[in-house]
Amino acid sequence: MRDIFTEIWATARRNKLRTALTGFSVAWGIFMLIFLLGAGNGLINAQMQSTDRYLASSMVAFGGRTSKPYSGLGSGRGISLREQDMATTDSVFAGVVGDVGAVYDHGGVTLSAGANYMAGQTLSGVYPVDRDINKTEVVEGRFINDIDMRERRKVAVISEDQARELWPHGGSPVGKYVKADGLMWRVVGVYRGDGMMKASDVYCPHATVCAIYSTDSRVGNIEFTFDGLETEQQNNDFEADYRAKLNLNHSAAPDDDNAVWLWNRFMDNIQMARGMGILRTALWVVGLLTLLSGVVGVSNIMLITVRERTREFGIRKAIGARPWSILRLIIIESVVMTTLFGYVGMLCGIAANEYMNATIGRTEVDTGLFKATMFVNPTVGVDVCIEATLVMVLAGTLAGLVPARRAARVRPIEALKEN
Amino acid sequence: MVIHIKDLNKTYQGAQPLHVLKGINLDIERGEFVSIMGASGSGKSTLLNILGILDNYDTGEYRLGGELIWNLSERRAAEYRNRMIGFVFQSFNLISFKTAVENVELPLYYQGVGRRERRRRAMDYLDRLGLAAWATHYPGEMSGGQRQRVAIARALITRPELILADEPTGALDSKTSVEVMQLLKELNEQQGMTIVVVTHESGVANETNRIVHIRDGVIGLIEDNHDHHASPFGAGGLMK
Repeated sequence: MRDIFTEIWATARRNKLRTALTGFSVAWGIFMLIFLLGAGNGLINAQMQSTDRYLASSMVAFGGRTSKPYSGLGSGRGISLREQDMATTDSVFAGVVGDVGAVYDHGGVTLSAGANYMAGQTLSGVYPVDRDINKTEVVEGRFINDIDMRERRKVAVISEDQARELWPHGGSPVGKYVKADGLMWRVVGVYRGDGMMKASDVYCPHATVCAIYSTDSRVGNIEFTFDGLETEQQNNDFEADYRAKLNLNHSAAPDDDNAVWLWNRFMDNIQMARGMGILRTALWVVGLLTLLSGVVGVSNIMLITVRERTREFGIRKAIGARPWSILRLIIIESVVMTTLFGYVGMLCGIAANEYMNATIGRTEVDTGLFKATMFVNPTVGVDVCIEATLVMVLAGTLAGLVPARRAARVRPIEALKEN
Repeated sequence: MVIHIKDLNKTYQGAQPLHVLKGINLDIERGEFVSIMGASGSGKSTLLNILGILDNYDTGEYRLGGELIWNLSERRAAEYRNRMIGFVFQSFNLISFKTAVENVELPLYYQGVGRRERRRRAMDYLDRLGLAAWATHYPGEMSGGQRQRVAIARALITRPELILADEPTGALDSKTSVEVMQLLKELNEQQGMTIVVVTHESGVANETNRIVHIRDGVIGLIEDNHDHHASPFGAGGLMK
């Protein structure tokens, strides 16, 4: 093996410029592959992070507006979800549906504690299950619980931002009272805001908020967890069935898609995963095609090399080189060149990814309403590096194959002819 | 007997088939120093290629060290060349990016001999040919005579049955030519090496013990030549 490397080193050294140019094309190919995949991963990770904010197997139903006439009623009627709909969700679909909750928002509230106040906040009446569905992280105290619901307690879970604004001098807000539109609520917990709209919510027991603000048994949005909907088909069937039942509660056409809106996080995830898969495949294809031009370059250069070295191969064969040893020499040479320069390209790609991670990976796009990270950890894993290495070895072998066969076929008498 | 050739025929197929060897019969004993002489186009190069297992023949029989050389696979041919034959070429045919010692080692590399052992043996042969000091030089840094001695060391290193020298002095000046022929002669006399030299120069042929004249694809005359000073070409080592 050592001899082969010595030989390769000798030939590479003899043709520095040629070696450098070939190496560059391979390195560039691998660099592009790694860089693209890293950037793709950044996008994918950012998307994943945003979908990960919700429980995957959960669904939210909103009241909408009918879009077609049904049973004597015209289109364009507003639909509000009511207690009856919650009961339907819980009883009719008991096999699939887990915990059912609802969110009743009462917005435009001014919070105050002593002299400090915050306007434009929202009292959000929720069930205890909301914490799981929207993955709310409680950093202090507790979330709304069943006893709060049962006893219709006036308790509140506020965001960190609200806590900071209302009690700027620090100290735990838990146990203190916050005034909202003239009513006093006892703070029982603090949750981590995400810098988005969520930070302006004050979570209160759904029963309390509805008792104070709701009319006509309106419940706001219904949210629930579900189980056993594995495939897209099952999800679609369930959605159609569920929609039909809710629509009938409101005398809307069973197939009216606008009367009740459904937001199925599970389907979101399936579609997201599919989109990400396509993106990843596309990036691999682009990267591999870039690499292909490098491989063709190597193959081309190797062909020229073999031509130049015809006499040398003739000599080698005359003194006892078997065709196989010549074949092996050229293929290994090709593999070593591709892998070596490919590795350089890979390191550059990883460095570029890390640079991207350190710069735009940290920046957030602030839309005013919410902040989002465009790239999250735009790097490739060890698995991709191993795959890329395999690709390089394979590419090197492919590139060397044709030239090597040509070299192995050199006939010593032809090569040794005096010229 | 190292070489036994019986009724050997070779035709180059082409638009006009060319019958180059027309029934060659030749026996060469171990320890002989033979030259094959002929003008260009006489078939001597073809004969050399067949002797060196670089080319095939059509009919007849060729035995090298008792082994029938017929229809060998490339792999077998390479093995026979490697173990039984040492080549010395007119243009030396050293590999330019390898040092002298690396060139000499090469046949052993293809035998699978280990690196240290290879190096030791190659240095040994270079030393015998007085080139130890030049071991790490590249062929481009050496004179023609030195290069041919490196090539001879490379031919000797596998201890072959036979040294085949194709116009070994063709690219050398007369003084160096004499030295190289002297070297081959010594190898033959002192080590009993069988050597076949192909040449068109009678001065070179005159240094050998038997001269095989080949003309138009047949062997014309085989003359014994033990008195190397009888011929005017040999006088004073003047060969050209």
